[in-house]
Amino acid sequence: MNQFHVPGKPASGLVGRELLGVMRLELKRTFLSRRGWWIYCLAAAPVGLTLLHWLMESRRPAPNHSLGADSIAFAAMFLLYYLRAGIFFGCMGIFANLFRGEMLQKTLHYYFLTPIRREVLVAGKYLAGLAVALALWVPSVAAAFLLIGRHSAAAWSDYIWHGPGLSQLGSYMLVAALACIGYGAVFLMCGILFKNPMIAAAVVWVWEGINPFLPSVLKKISVLFYLKNLCPVEVPVPPPFNVMVTSTDPTPFWIAVPGLLALALVLLVYSAISARNAEISYGDS
Amino acid sequence: MSEADITFTGVSRFYGEVLGINKVTLSIPPGITSLVGPNGSGKTTLMNLMCGLIRPTQGEISVLGTPPDRPQELCRILGYCAQFDAFPPGITGYQFIHSFLRLHGMTDAECDRRTLAALELTGLSAAADRPVAAYSKGMRQRIKLAQAIAHEPRVVVLDEPLNGLDPLARAEAIALFRQWGVEGRHVIVSSHILHEVDKISDQVILLSHGYVVAEGQIQGVRSEVKEQPMQIQVRCDRPHLLAARLFQEDHVVEAKLAGNGLLLRTADADRFYLLLNRIILECGLDVESVAPADDDVNSVYQYLIGAEGGTA
Repeated sequence: MNQFHVPGKPASGLVGRELLGVMRLELKRTFLSRRGWWIYCLAAAPVGLTLLHWLMESRRPAPNHSLGADSIAFAAMFLLYYLRAGIFFGCMGIFANLFRGEMLQKTLHYYFLTPIRREVLVAGKYLAGLAVALALWVPSVAAAFLLIGRHSAAAWSDYIWHGPGLSQLGSYMLVAALACIGYGAVFLMCGILFKNPMIAAAVVWVWEGINPFLPSVLKKISVLFYLKNLCPVEVPVPPPFNVMVTSTDPTPFWIAVPGLLALALVLLVYSAISARNAEISYGDS
Repeated sequence: MSEADITFTGVSRFYGEVLGINKVTLSIPPGITSLVGPNGSGKTTLMNLMCGLIRPTQGEISVLGTPPDRPQELCRILGYCAQFDAFPPGITGYQFIHSFLRLHGMTDAECDRRTLAALELTGLSAAADRPVAAYSKGMRQRIKLAQAIAHEPRVVVLDEPLNGLDPLARAEAIALFRQWGVEGRHVIVSSHILHEVDKISDQVILLSHGYVVAEGQIQGVRSEVKEQPMQIQVRCDRPHLLAARLFQEDHVVEAKLAGNGLLLRTADADRFYLLLNRIILECGLDVESVAPADDDVNSVYQYLIGAEGGTA
């Protein structure tokens, strides 16, 4: 201990090393942690369900529904389960805890006492959370999609390799990834700004839920609205709700994707500014 | 603003309407500085402010010329062992130090070297691969200390660092603080254990209700407390004679005989020392020792903060 560290100019690649350092710590803390068991269950549930569907349907001598029905069933599951529930709550569990969880565990000060910019800390934590979310949800979507029509054997292979299947799979995976990016940024910000991010999450969830029934101007203030427009198969709204749904022109792909990414970026910048001004006050948490 | 010291200039911090510290202006030189005060006096607030964990409501802080709101510069020169007994879950002692060292941008090899050095310094080498959750309270205290010093900071801030340590570990920790002080580091310690503060401190800062009551070397602080007569212990061959002579002086307010010693309280220490010289010459007293009996942190604390600091 007889040597002082002399701060000098930051070495080249320092920010990258800091970012990797934060990500490594966060991945160790977040990925496959016991506390996140319910998120893994959320991701595994549709895979289990489609696996069960395959096993049951493959025992029947003749299929009792068409591939088109499977395609619509998956579209409904993707919209109503993955986007409305699984990815939404999964991202809430992962991203809202990145800062708030550390406040509750009283460990955030270790990060705040390292010589990294708070912006880098926010970016590192977000990227680590995103890596976990993508690793859970994108394979889950892909596996569920591939399993749902698996009982149709040759027809399903044909649908995948020679029909629209592969492109639909790519679209679903892209939408799932965009959902993780968008909801991740929303919940990271909630975790920094609110003592109880669950209340904010509930407000967002209700807002996203009533989105189809809102006027077209308000409809556009929603992550789900853009994601829904990117889905390859439209889900018909059953009566009597279909009469309450207001129709809005779908947003083109080239606006929806950059728009969502820009929204996520704005939220991340705001989170970084908030983190710069954040203080350690565990007693108030 | 001195680049060699830690300076607070008119710093106040409020938590809503609750006062943390108020209008603190002080300068902390290198060496060991102890923050002393009862619970809620503002010790931790002062430490958190200088580490950038909280911001002042008013005023300016500089840590060796660096403002605390620039962590990318401050945290290279500063290490903080906070009071919170919490650790990232599932982490071993080695991983705890190594992972956070990596955020300093060091190479793996450098992180490894410094981690091992810090573990050895705090006597935790054998427990390096055990989860921190399985450590005893004393070990957790030491691993926090190791993590705070692993990057070899010039300023070491330690909030109650002796809590939970057994006597041997406590003695080792104190020796370590002394070594850092001698090396010219700024070591800021808060502690409730006043006799240990007394042993290690080069200077003290006494806090009460968010205000700095006194600061400086403890003897200097004691001499400023004029309203409390100074206690002096004299060991000599004829304490009765000395007591009889001293009672004739108006500045001597009390004298107690104890074995071959005399404990007296005087309102004017300088006059007492002159008088003692005269008595020695006139009566041929054989004086073994003369020493102030209340210029320690505990006494000064009692005089300045008194019963309200009963928890300290």
